[in-house]
Amino acid sequence: MGLESRLDTPWVATTIDSVVNWGRKYSLWPMPFGTACCAIEFMGVVSNRYDISRFGAELVRFSPRQADLLLVMGTITQKMAPVLQQIYDQMPNPKWVISMGACASSGGFYDNYSVVQGIDELIPVDVYVAGCPPRPENVLGAIVKIQEKVSREKTAAWR
Amino acid sequence: MEQAEISTRVQQQLGDHVVQAGEFQGQHWVVVEPPHLHEVLGTLKDDPDLDFNVLIDVGGVDYQGHEDDKDWRFEVVYQLLSVAHNHRFRVKCAVSSGMEAGEVAVPSVWQIWRTANWMEREVYDQYGIAFTGHPNLRRILNHDDFEGHPLRKDYPINKRQKLARPVDNLLTDDPEWA
Repeated sequence: MGLESRLDTPWVATTIDSVVNWGRKYSLWPMPFGTACCAIEFMGVVSNRYDISRFGAELVRFSPRQADLLLVMGTITQKMAPVLQQIYDQMPNPKWVISMGACASSGGFYDNYSVVQGIDELIPVDVYVAGCPPRPENVLGAIVKIQEKVSREKTAAWR
Repeated sequence: MEQAEISTRVQQQLGDHVVQAGEFQGQHWVVVEPPHLHEVLGTLKDDPDLDFNVLIDVGGVDYQGHEDDKDWRFEVVYQLLSVAHNHRFRVKCAVSSGMEAGEVAVPSVWQIWRTANWMEREVYDQYGIAFTGHPNLRRILNHDDFEGHPLRKDYPINKRQKLARPVDNLLTDDPEWA
């Protein structure tokens, strides 16, 4: 056996990164930025049938300062763009972003003068979810993708 | 009062100012020109038999491409309602063609109906029709750095705007809320 067997009290040798990332990935606090029907679909993700809490991400915060996962759900208009940027800036590091649905990811069918053609013009995006609106399973899939990404983080990189 | 009666009455009282009168599906309207707009709308509001105390909406229309049947390019459309008499009427203001943004002007009816304030801002924002005498004629739907007026027919459909500047304080930035 390894180091663990040499002491009487049980203990485990690991790295800070794996412990911190393990904690982070199962306790994501989402900040829902819902501007359209995708936000309604998100309610389905949160409630009992699909139950986002199975992935530890059920503590939805309506203050960006208490959240580390920004869920952009819906059409972002030109007028809303600075608001979304400000919300993103207000979130403490480390933070991740899911762009949910066609509108947030590409403008969707709002190919017009007033809609931002994808939120990646404004803020960095970690996972895009296709669909109009996406199924709840797709959103859960995106959260699992985020968890995979979190588990690969170097904690020092966030300083 | 039936809309046909209202139309007849307006034409009798203000016949000099009515450029055109029309009807579709039982709904009547009159067309006036900007210099007479205040007088016509003021009469519609103040005449006790008409008593149009509510301005339901102000809209704009761009008739570019209709040069064969229109002598003017834009119309500003006023939808009126009298709560007391439960009747409605429509007044269109013809705005001459060949004008660039800033030159197209219609007198503001803000002093007749206070609610015209934001409605006229919307028409200004989307069609570039200026309302003279308006207390706060700024864009209302599009952001302040927006270039052009997107509901004009000659606005390029693929045109992309630069992103809006960050706003320090969304409410107190606006003199109406300060």
